Amino acid sequence: MFDVGRIRADFPILHEAINGHPLAYLDNAASYQHPRTVIEAISRYYEHDHANVHRGVHTLSHRATEAQERGREAARRLLNARSVREIVFTRGTTEAINLVAATLGQSLRPGDEILISHMEHHSNIVPWQLVCERSSARLVVVPINDRGEILLDEYHRLLSERTRLVAMAHVSNALGTVNPVAAIVAAARQRNIPVLLDGAQAVAHQRVDVRALDCDFYAFSGHKMCGPTGIGVLYGREEWLQRLPPYQGGGDMILSVSFSGTVYNELPYRFEAGTPHVAGAVGLGAAIEYLEAVGLERIEHYEAGLLAYATEAIGAVSGVRIIGQAAHKAGVVSFTVDGIHPHDLGTVLDHQGVAIRTGHHCAMPVMERFGLAGTARASFAFYNTTAEIDRLVAALAVARRMLQP
Amino acid sequence: MTTDAQLSRLYQDIVLRHSRNPHNQRRIEAAQAHADGHNPLCGDRITVYLQLEHGHIREAAFEAVGCAISLASASMLTDAITGCSTAEALNLAGEVEARLAGQPATRDLGEIEALSGVRAYPARVRCATLPWRTLQAALTGAAQTVSTEAETR
Repeated sequence: MFDVGRIRADFPILHEAINGHPLAYLDNAASYQHPRTVIEAISRYYEHDHANVHRGVHTLSHRATEAQERGREAARRLLNARSVREIVFTRGTTEAINLVAATLGQSLRPGDEILISHMEHHSNIVPWQLVCERSSARLVVVPINDRGEILLDEYHRLLSERTRLVAMAHVSNALGTVNPVAAIVAAARQRNIPVLLDGAQAVAHQRVDVRALDCDFYAFSGHKMCGPTGIGVLYGREEWLQRLPPYQGGGDMILSVSFSGTVYNELPYRFEAGTPHVAGAVGLGAAIEYLEAVGLERIEHYEAGLLAYATEAIGAVSGVRIIGQAAHKAGVVSFTVDGIHPHDLGTVLDHQGVAIRTGHHCAMPVMERFGLAGTARASFAFYNTTAEIDRLVAALAVARRMLQP
Repeated sequence: MTTDAQLSRLYQDIVLRHSRNPHNQRRIEAAQAHADGHNPLCGDRITVYLQLEHGHIREAAFEAVGCAISLASASMLTDAITGCSTAEALNLAGEVEARLAGQPATRDLGEIEALSGVRAYPARVRCATLPWRTLQAALTGAAQTVSTEAETR
């Protein structure tokens, strides 16, 4: 039995009052909240273990290094990567994608192609636009249908001998679509084309196994899975990481430096220049342990129930149009209400303690595809309840009374 | 924390009357001055069109995709500046911006006062100021056009 009441007790912020109402936090696709274990792990680290890593022989430096590496091992376990050598710490998904763009991008030649989809977050569009501009490579976009699903036939057609990389969202942040990543990776692997998956919206919602997926790169952020901001992970298949040139230069990414030449460090440190976000790695590790304790399979099952409930309840409100009706979705309901701009909706809902996201969700091409300036988006985590969805629906009724003509 | 009174003040009747049926929401094809405004945070877009005659605004109109606050603000703007000299319109734009930023009134702004409900909602102030910023851009451009015409005349 999934005891959501007990889970909610682990999250201090869920007991905040907002504008005189209990908080209904339905903006998890933007950022998760944190269980007490994560907050305490970070405090404990600063109170007892902090120093710089990989540098000192003193006790605290050793403890800090161990604390960071426990976080790395937790991330390896979460993704079922073969080795911690394949786990590079970054500031988040955005930096993880930029790392691949900046390094793999150096070998791009005019006429080469990077293949993305129409439903990508800006962070999986703009880095590729930048490298394409520098190298005269082409950014090719796989279209999506009206339900918000990738057109697989088009994907197969657009994969070619010119494709140098496929970069796709595992789960769409704006639509909630869970992409058929197994089929996407298999087709690319057949042609020896590497695949990067943007897992920012996936890792907290389902079990992710990079070996089963057989992808070459997988990126995610700590703060979208109960961990802190400022820390994320790039998983890279070891053969690929070995082949990539260094990303940023500095301390920690080198073995020796002299003016006649510098020897770079081994994986994964070669891609981690400068003092890392050690407390972030500690918090990330604690977040992963928390998710594991709750159980990712149980989370996926519980959230599927929330999504079905929300889709029906929100969809039943008169004037509501749900944007993104893919057959396979994660806990995101993006919607518009006739005659009410999402911004006004957001303000009236917040007044009632209901936190949702409104706007373009950093996915302007998706909004354009559906002819919208923006949507309202409710996104769920395993600590949400059907009662909170009821409150969202009741708040929508208030907004309609107040704002509709 | 925002109160029911603050929310009612944000969406008071006069604001909703304008946002539901905005005045002068159309394109002026041969506008002598126009400018685009964009709020990259929320994606709201507006274009302000001005028909000028002897340094006065003979006609003002706008096209916009935006929330109730920005539509109401744009609608009130077109009402308020029609017939004004360009200098008066610029002056009014400065005054409205100052009021929305919380500065005390130096004169009665009429129904535009109703927009000051945004002051309790820092994230929404930009919605109300966007049309006025766009007007300033249109007029600054227009001033140059007008002076160029004056020279060639």
